[in-house]
Amino acid sequence: MTDLERHSYDVVVIGAGGAGLRAAIEARSHGKRTAIVCKSLFGKAHTVMAEGGIAAAMGNVNSKDNWQVHFRDTMRGGKFLNSWRMAELHAKEAPQRVWELETYGALFDRTPEGKISQRNFGGHEYPRLAHVGDRTGLELIRTLQQKIVSLQQEDFHATGDYESHIKVFAECTITRLLTDESGAIAGAYGYFRETGDFVLFESPAVVLATGGIGKSFKVTSNSWEYTGDGHALAMRAGGSTLNMEFIQFHPTGMVWPPSVKGILVTESVRGDGGVLTNSEGTRFMFDYIPDVFKDKYATTPEEGDRWYTDPDNNRRPPELLPRDEVARAINSEVKAGRGTPHGGVYLDVSSRLPAETIRKKLPSMYHQFKELADVDITAVPMEVGPTCHYVMGGVEVEPDTGSAKVPGLFAAGEVSGGMHGSNRLGGNSLSDLLVFGRRAGLGAAEYVESLGESRPQVTDAMVAAAELEALAPFTTEGGENPYTIHSELQESMNDLVGIIRTQAEVEQALERLEGFKARVAHVTVKGGRAFNPGWHLALDLKNMLLVSECVARAALERQESRGGHTREDYPVMSPEWRQVNIVCRADGDGAAIVRQPLVPMREDLLDLFDVDELKKYLTEAELPKGAH
Amino acid sequence: MGYKARFKVWRGDKSGGGLEDFSVDVNEGEVVLDIVHRLQATDAPDLAVRWNCKAGKCGSCSAEINGRPRLMCMTRMSTFAEDETITITPMRTFPVIRDLVTDVSYNYEKARMVPAFSPPADLEPGDYRMAQVDVERSQEFRKCIECFLCNDTCHAVRDHEENKTSFSGPRFLMRISELDMHPLDTVDRREVAVQEHGLGYCNITKCCTDVCPEHIKITDNAIIPLKERVADKKYDPIFSIASLFGKTKERARRTPPPGKNA
Amino acid sequence: MATTGIESPGRAQIGVKTLRTDRWWIAPLLTFLALTAFVVYSGWRVFSNQYYFAEPYISVYYSPCITTTCVPGSGFGDGFVSWWALSPALLTAWIPLAFRFTCYYYRKAYFRSFWLSPPACAVAEPHGKYTGERRLPLILNNGHRYAFYLGLLLNVVLTWDAIIAFRNSEGQWGHMGLGTVILVANAVCLWMYSLSCHSCRNAVGGRITHFSKHPLRYRMWTLISKLNTRHMQWAWISLCTVVLADFYVYLLASGRISDLTFF
Repeated sequence: MTDLERHSYDVVVIGAGGAGLRAAIEARSHGKRTAIVCKSLFGKAHTVMAEGGIAAAMGNVNSKDNWQVHFRDTMRGGKFLNSWRMAELHAKEAPQRVWELETYGALFDRTPEGKISQRNFGGHEYPRLAHVGDRTGLELIRTLQQKIVSLQQEDFHATGDYESHIKVFAECTITRLLTDESGAIAGAYGYFRETGDFVLFESPAVVLATGGIGKSFKVTSNSWEYTGDGHALAMRAGGSTLNMEFIQFHPTGMVWPPSVKGILVTESVRGDGGVLTNSEGTRFMFDYIPDVFKDKYATTPEEGDRWYTDPDNNRRPPELLPRDEVARAINSEVKAGRGTPHGGVYLDVSSRLPAETIRKKLPSMYHQFKELADVDITAVPMEVGPTCHYVMGGVEVEPDTGSAKVPGLFAAGEVSGGMHGSNRLGGNSLSDLLVFGRRAGLGAAEYVESLGESRPQVTDAMVAAAELEALAPFTTEGGENPYTIHSELQESMNDLVGIIRTQAEVEQALERLEGFKARVAHVTVKGGRAFNPGWHLALDLKNMLLVSECVARAALERQESRGGHTREDYPVMSPEWRQVNIVCRADGDGAAIVRQPLVPMREDLLDLFDVDELKKYLTEAELPKGAH
Repeated sequence: MGYKARFKVWRGDKSGGGLEDFSVDVNEGEVVLDIVHRLQATDAPDLAVRWNCKAGKCGSCSAEINGRPRLMCMTRMSTFAEDETITITPMRTFPVIRDLVTDVSYNYEKARMVPAFSPPADLEPGDYRMAQVDVERSQEFRKCIECFLCNDTCHAVRDHEENKTSFSGPRFLMRISELDMHPLDTVDRREVAVQEHGLGYCNITKCCTDVCPEHIKITDNAIIPLKERVADKKYDPIFSIASLFGKTKERARRTPPPGKNA
Repeated sequence: MATTGIESPGRAQIGVKTLRTDRWWIAPLLTFLALTAFVVYSGWRVFSNQYYFAEPYISVYYSPCITTTCVPGSGFGDGFVSWWALSPALLTAWIPLAFRFTCYYYRKAYFRSFWLSPPACAVAEPHGKYTGERRLPLILNNGHRYAFYLGLLLNVVLTWDAIIAFRNSEGQWGHMGLGTVILVANAVCLWMYSLSCHSCRNAVGGRITHFSKHPLRYRMWTLISKLNTRHMQWAWISLCTVVLADFYVYLLASGRISDLTFF
């Protein structure tokens, strides 16, 4: 513990994406000294990859929209497995969170009346996504980043120090949460990438906002940071994750060239008129409308096309079904031999919109294909296929405060679970970040308030143990290169716990995970501690393994197909399974799962749905009284 | 389809370093960052490189390739001849940390000196009304992914370390321009642009525009208009006198409180 | 310079001024040669004080000719400046010179090719110190708009010169020669160069924050913005037409050729 840097804060936010920054703003505005710890540079978080928009029922484009409609869409999209309370809070508060961004300086695209423009997206009944071209995530992150800077300026004028109340620790990775003997959060331990030096944050409240787990999969739209750190930190600190089997494969990722395979192609391409066709030129999505959505989607291309200009009298085209449906459909088309030369399907906007409009509405897609694939999307179709995009499952939290099952631990954004049920609608992620980022920041501030002077203390023994753990990869000799294990892990998860799952394959995955665990324990890294990516990967690998085990165990347990979990051997959605959450905890050097009943939906919320619709999802006993 | 390419990669830290030779496999469709990753997985597992999205959206993997400031993820290998030696160095304007990673804190310090967006005090959230034509100019600048290649290439700091205290580089002059064109902002940052951010250092040699991976017209659309707006205020007595009599509503902005350098 | 530039302490020690492998020096070299040639030619013509008028054509350098010493027929009336003994061009030719010297495009051109500050992007400049346009004389570049306003007046005069080039040497309308075509082309190019100017773009609408409240100025701004993207091209084209227009008049006035008359 020679070179340990110590800091003391009221609230430590781990992760500087949308949820983390929003949480920090809230904690700071409640007077709490707040640290923001980010794995990368400030402003580079994965939120920048979000393209389409922020879903919020402001009703600017279609005045029929309101929170009830948004709530219904969210529940439907998640196949009713969502935490209904989170879905309710989300639908109610999203508009305020978006308007608030404007007060921070965000510049959304506008309607002719000067309001925030809203666009159509899969699963949303009305145009609902506030957006800036197709770079909404960048706008969100930059806006929040600039808001933090403006708070720092206020602090500077008040105290003479920009960092007196809110400080960003960039390129800093947390490896362990520290708890006192009662199990309450006392601090967080980690290292700086730049130097490899260790750092201890003493803090009674930690907000996890670390994002997802996509880097455990081979084809993913996620960046290197998405290694499930928050999920693993929470479980190792005594917390739990839920519904980790639900992983969203975004239907449209790039498939060629190989080096960019998985990079996202925004859903706005379809929202703005793009269509999916197979190698025979058929708009195949019309063959894949599931029964639960039969009456909501167009049955002919003509009707689908009319919807873009006359949404009140026509049904939307099936290209805009929720993401799980579209991803499975593409998967089936490719498997049936109707794929493109590079193993995807065609997504065509070139024959649907004038080149100028495409460049204006989808500038970064135009740019991305032009520069990465040398493809001009205004002239030829894109080739796309499913890519691992988002994990619906996550840390189990209280809906209202974001507090996890560990005192002092909070989670928001992708790392938290429940909000999206078994499948997330596009655009609901950015609004989720804002709504629950704020609530978690508030929850943390209130928790710290409630503690008064008596804060949990960090012990030296814990710090010593955390250091030993972090340095382990340097002390072993003759072990493997972490890159090899990582790429094998990615293959295994992609092939065996991917879009379509079977018992045999998932069991095989679990076997392999056991093997990886043994190998990771002996991983060896070369070089020193300063900015050593091999070392970082060795530490991240442990998190990926724990989280992957949760995913695989839960995927094996759930014997049905729902949203982001498709079992070839149990292809049907089962109302009985809808009543079950699968909860995962750390257990020894691995993970263990238990089933946990879902809280029944509040009566007034249940009343927002047609009984006929509820019958598709709920058991007879759960239906509202008098509906039998 | 694949071939072996010759690479020279700068390795070292602030105490020194040099170009190291590598011979690496290259496959169809790859970008320079793929090659750097391949090096990490094979010859140099501790090769330091900063990257995130690998899709030109986060602006992390800035470096200099054959002497030109570029994003490694957006530089396709097909732009080089197969027998060409490709040299990769870290950005040369910022202090090096290790290998291809530089300390870009200069940029974050400058960002903190730009007076923040200030909407009218009595405007409630949800009541903001702005026309699309009024937000478009600022929206162009908000495409910025903060790769800092413009600040890297700008000779005013690249070739003159001492100017870093008084000059913020194209990125933050553009940020000022963005706020100055924001239809609902109430602060006049023109004096700040000159005094604290060194607008006068820019001699319009346009290298920032050349390197911008987002193709933002930094010089023509941000810096020159800002210089002209400053000229409206500081160097144009005729316009100043005229505006006393004319409609001054366009410019009812207040001066911000002093920042760190004031 | 070793301690202030790219080899400053703390930065990666690479040891060469640039690692660029392309022929980056061609553009500044060509610019240097072209601008030098222009300055030499213009200097010679402006100071020579002869061969600038060949009825009905007047050289751009000498228009408007306002001294009493102007060649008969070339002046504004009989001229009204009588105390000037040198070439009359010196009284007016500084205006386009100032306009071009302070022009945002030419600034790039001469800073790169004459000052080498920088010679090309990511190529180290040879100076130990750099202060930009913050003090005299370069701070005067901020007055570009004044040169622009004066330049517009001059454009009016040159346009008039082009119009009266449709008269023959006897002053009768209905004439057109190669000289007419050249003067018209030159006037058009000068207008394009002037209107595509960044100061012009600011004046017509750029300085407005709320375009939506000024639809007409917004349309003008949109139009000027389109021209503005070609400002560099117009800068060079008009530079060439100026030389061409003057040289043609010179050839006529010195009797080396006679005008090709169309009607």
